[in-house]
Amino acid sequence: MKKSICLYFQVHQPLRLRLYRFFDIGKDSHYYDDFTNRTILSRVAEKCYLPANAMLEELIKANKGRFKVAFSISGSALEQFDRYAPKVIASFKRLADTGCVEFLSETYYHSLAALGSEQEFKHQVEKHAQAIEYYFGVKPVTFRNTELIYSDSISAMVYELGFKTMLSEGARHILAWKSPNFVYNSCLQPKLKLLLRNYTLSDDIAFRFSDKGWNEHPLTAEKYISWVKNALSTDDIVNIFMDYETFGEHQKASSGIFDFFKAFVNQVLYENSIEFVTPAQATKKHSSVGDIEATDPVSWADEERDISAWLGNDLQNDAFGKLYDLIENLSIANDEGLWSDFGHLSESDHLYYMCTKFFSDGAVHSYFNPYDTPYEAFINYMNVLSDFSLRVKEKVKLK
Amino acid sequence: MFGWEFPPHIAGGLGTACYGMTKGLAENDVDVLFVMPHASGDEDESAVKIINASDVVPLTTSDNVEEFLGKVKFVHIDSNLIPYADPSEFKKIVTEERKRQVKDFRVQFGQKYNFSGKYGANLMEEVARYAITGGTIALEHKDEFDVIHAHDWLTYLAGIAAKELTGKPLVVHVHATSFDRSSEDKIDTRVYALEKKGMDAADTVITVSDLTKNIVVNKYGINPAKVVTLHNAVDFSGKETIHVERGVQDKVVTFLGRVTFQKGPEYFIEAAAKVLKRLDNVRFVMAGSGDMLNRCILRAAKLGISDRFHFTGFLRGREVSEMFALSDVYVMPSISEPFGISPLEAMQISVPTIISKQSGVAEVLKYAIKVDFWDIDAMADAIYSILTQPALSKFSAEQGYEEVNTLKWVNAAAKLKVIYENTVNAAQK
Repeated sequence: MKKSICLYFQVHQPLRLRLYRFFDIGKDSHYYDDFTNRTILSRVAEKCYLPANAMLEELIKANKGRFKVAFSISGSALEQFDRYAPKVIASFKRLADTGCVEFLSETYYHSLAALGSEQEFKHQVEKHAQAIEYYFGVKPVTFRNTELIYSDSISAMVYELGFKTMLSEGARHILAWKSPNFVYNSCLQPKLKLLLRNYTLSDDIAFRFSDKGWNEHPLTAEKYISWVKNALSTDDIVNIFMDYETFGEHQKASSGIFDFFKAFVNQVLYENSIEFVTPAQATKKHSSVGDIEATDPVSWADEERDISAWLGNDLQNDAFGKLYDLIENLSIANDEGLWSDFGHLSESDHLYYMCTKFFSDGAVHSYFNPYDTPYEAFINYMNVLSDFSLRVKEKVKLK
Repeated sequence: MFGWEFPPHIAGGLGTACYGMTKGLAENDVDVLFVMPHASGDEDESAVKIINASDVVPLTTSDNVEEFLGKVKFVHIDSNLIPYADPSEFKKIVTEERKRQVKDFRVQFGQKYNFSGKYGANLMEEVARYAITGGTIALEHKDEFDVIHAHDWLTYLAGIAAKELTGKPLVVHVHATSFDRSSEDKIDTRVYALEKKGMDAADTVITVSDLTKNIVVNKYGINPAKVVTLHNAVDFSGKETIHVERGVQDKVVTFLGRVTFQKGPEYFIEAAAKVLKRLDNVRFVMAGSGDMLNRCILRAAKLGISDRFHFTGFLRGREVSEMFALSDVYVMPSISEPFGISPLEAMQISVPTIISKQSGVAEVLKYAIKVDFWDIDAMADAIYSILTQPALSKFSAEQGYEEVNTLKWVNAAAKLKVIYENTVNAAQK
């Protein structure tokens, strides 16, 4: 049996909030910075989504279906594509039609609902599945949680929702001496198979590709393939998971990222000793080698690979708690507009902006952050949340 | 009279106080020559003649400052001292000032010096230059005045220079001291030295409250016999009434001011948390910026009250008036406040007001509710009572409005005139 490479790319764009002041509370309930959202989306579509999709489509067609890849596209991103760049949806649809692309399931709003409310988690997963079916005509069968956040209890919820495969991080604290390059299973639900990210090989491309200070710079396809082969000399599968924006946005086109990727895929297929698989195929093909136990949640973020980027300080915990406190009243109000705003407020990015871990991973954080300080992010978010909870209360009164 | 700022271009309460004071003096038939470092030309000169120090050529050059000033000894002065800026503003100010300095250093002493008249990075240098120019102006107008009046440490050197050169008596007016700007162990010793120099040289020291008088006597070692308290007043004429549509139905309790140690923002947060345990139809607002802001935000989050405790950041002009207009209770929990004009602004638009006993304004207000800044239980109690007892809030609003309107500059200026007369008489003996 051939060894496998599993590629998955994450596509997400948050709906960024506008500057929302105390004076706006109760007067203006439009929370989003439409101009910034449109500007960023158009830019990333031009630089990344459209050219990268074209590249993948070409690779699939040229290799007659032997190249395979998986995407997870958040509902927040889909909404913005629909609104600002419908061409992107069309190009993803063309990829879907090749049959070589798997679309994964996630929470519609790229949220931390798995940690906040089981009811809301299920709701967002179902909403996302409907959206994927609506746009691409396929029903997702593999689950990946926001930021690859995983724990035993989350795995139980995911299995209950009917998934047989789930993606997570090959974090040291759940793997210990074990290699991420095998299929594993949840210790609570042995039938739920796990694919764990090989973060070294993934970050070699996602973070280090154009880093001139890296001693392996420049990264060539030959060099990279030798590393993959080295890993697969004893192991079964290499899981390379990253943000899709790596192509053309985080790593500029001028860095040669597109050419590198094409060369990598073509060379692997030419040598024909390793094959590309989607996550669903991977867990059918390779059997599990053992249990994974994760009492505390892990994620793919930062050195810690835990949830401290979103829930690591008092600001974040307060905001998160206050948001999920509203669920009961929201259920009573049961208003579509309110659910939608709640969803967007539950996007994990808002909490990420409040992160105070400046010193270790500050570079990555500031890249993604529209606010100057975590405090500003917090103030703005709480002002929006105040207006939102007033609306929820009003609606409940009317019921 | 030596000032640093004058409306409409003001950064703090000093300019407003000078404006009201000069208008009040005019009504008491006292003529004022008002010298300021940088006049923009749009100042209201109806009650005062403004002399722009930037227009005046000093008599001499930098090498013989001390010669020129005769007996006045000047300490060497560094720049880069910023009394009212918080760290986030600091970098911006330094960059801007550096550009300015490069340009300005080409202008030598002995020519006109274009003062910024702000509180920038080269403040100490401006203070020294202002003294030289101030002395020149005093000499030129020697026959037009009887007494010199200098406001706060920025102008004390100018006042001393004028006194040495003309022999006229000097009154220094203490609106704030170094001890009000930072905690005791962190005061700026250069500023303290200038303050003490001014007070020592003065014939009369005016303080804005008895609280400040105590500091002047105890911390600066000034003879109490020459220290007089003159409480500030307020002038609301021509102030437009602002009507703001409320977005929230909840009651609003406001803190408005620099978020720094001396203003006691932490006590406000602790009191808020106590009130929020009992009431759910109330919101707290901390309006302003400062070096304690981030700590306050974290504290509010830690207490889990952030959905009801809002931060606005720094507010400007009209936003300040709007914030007052939106408030149901105004709280000033200052740890140390020489006077404190903002509660008067709140009372003037009938907002019930709670002030700390450690503020100078507490000496003149009978009807404001007063608590010790550290007594968060009493503060919470007072807020709670005003919010839940319509009778109390109505009484407090009405009495406060009445009271604040009796604090007129014309009355304060009449007292000031007497202080001038006593000073001049004593000097002639």
